[in-house]
Amino acid sequence: MTGRYDRAITVFSPDGHLFQVEYAQEAVKQGTCAVAVRGADTIVLAVEKKAVAKLQEERTVRKIVQLDKHVVMAFAGLHADARVLISRARVECQSHQLTVEDPVTVEYITRYLSQIKQQYTQSNGRRPFGVSCLLAGFDNDSDIPRIYQTDPAGNYFEWKANAIGRSAKTVHEFLEKNYSDDIVAERKGVIKLAIKALFEVVQSGAKNMDVAVIRKGTNLEMLSQDEISSYIKIIEKEREEEAQRKKGGGR
Amino acid sequence: MELFREAGFPYKIEGRQDDRRSNNSTTGRPRCPFDEEDINSLMPINFGVIENKQHFQNEGGPGPRIKMNHGTTTLAFKFQHGIAVVVDSRATAGSFISSRTVEKVLAINQYLIGTMAGGAADCMYWERILAMHCNLYELRNKRRISVAAASKILCNLVYSYKGSRLSLGTMIAGWDSKGPGLYYVDSDGTRISGNLFSVGSGSPYAYSVLDTEYRWDLSVDEALDLGQKAVVGATFRDSASGGFINSYIINADGWKHISHIDCFDLIQKYNSKKK
Repeated sequence: MTGRYDRAITVFSPDGHLFQVEYAQEAVKQGTCAVAVRGADTIVLAVEKKAVAKLQEERTVRKIVQLDKHVVMAFAGLHADARVLISRARVECQSHQLTVEDPVTVEYITRYLSQIKQQYTQSNGRRPFGVSCLLAGFDNDSDIPRIYQTDPAGNYFEWKANAIGRSAKTVHEFLEKNYSDDIVAERKGVIKLAIKALFEVVQSGAKNMDVAVIRKGTNLEMLSQDEISSYIKIIEKEREEEAQRKKGGGR
Repeated sequence: MELFREAGFPYKIEGRQDDRRSNNSTTGRPRCPFDEEDINSLMPINFGVIENKQHFQNEGGPGPRIKMNHGTTTLAFKFQHGIAVVVDSRATAGSFISSRTVEKVLAINQYLIGTMAGGAADCMYWERILAMHCNLYELRNKRRISVAAASKILCNLVYSYKGSRLSLGTMIAGWDSKGPGLYYVDSDGTRISGNLFSVGSGSPYAYSVLDTEYRWDLSVDEALDLGQKAVVGATFRDSASGGFINSYIINADGWKHISHIDCFDLIQKYNSKKK
């Protein structure tokens, strides 16, 4: 191995794949699940909280982070990689405000993170970031809620609702089936849908969930365990009723 | 050197032999004054360089006391219908009027303009660079750049050259989502937002007219009239201002060039009104 980092790690395969990037995406799939749902005036981020070891302090494991007063991020994948990205994004949010005298738009900071991720897929001696991010927030001059998702390749897309991490496909299919503008018109509707979607994967309940609610002009609100539990109770009851109805109709 | 000697000044270089300086020296070729390594050899014998350099130095700080000709009058002010920008068009090099048709308003884009005062080259060049940055911003972010951001870009650019003696005194005026924006930016790195500015050697005269009659609730015609009167007053008394008076109005639809009047015609108009 040469001393200088002059050989790229991410090179094309004969059939046009960037395997390192695809492996990074696999790493993301190993991470705990994160869901984001956008309503008419509310955004809800719900993440799976892994059970902490007995001696570990719970509050050091945080998967929902604030990049700026009005932009929140949840991620799936390598925590350490995410830390680096979060740090750079926070600095860029302030730097933007310094030079342009305006807070960042969610799209801007998403684009910034995507550019960094892309650079690491085309640089010498570096591996891609093993992180997918869900960025959520409201732009300074508008009331429209926005959710963006980035992946290790450096792509970014805007979504109405999406999931990343473990079993993301299951959750995503659930959201596609159950998302409608009526359901998410109200704050409660958005929260319920997000928790319900995460519940598909996190069967163990409220103690393994973190839910954040974002609205225009207010601070980030983290739901308490009790609130999450009450939503889950409603969801479980509805499920039972649905099962009863099916049983009754099938007779 | 040779001139001093021919003119009969007692000329002597310390520590050197006379015959080394003569044309017929053993070294052969005639010596040129600028071959001398010792700068003192270019000075007369009793010219104390240390004492006399005070004459050429700036009392305030470093750098020679060169009087930069910021010969111009430009002004801009916000009012209820937008921003009025009025400028003259004279360029001077010392007492020579090098041009009477200079465009002192530079369009950055359809809704942003910058005025020019100070060094013409500096203003033109940096405002074009600013236009480039504004265009890139618009392409990248799919939205217009704010006046605050545009003026800040120029200010930061120019501040990084502080000490290199750039000469720029410009007003960035435009319309963005927050309404009218007017910033004064100069080569010291000053950047101020305000309702009324005048920049250039004729600005004291312009300010005296503006400050007397400025109101927020002017009509468009009244505002243009006030701006023109102020610049005309400046051209009347300031030798470095004159030529044509160019007026612009900026509103939500962008900037528009309103008029291009010879200042002499305006003076005649005001004089005829007096009678």
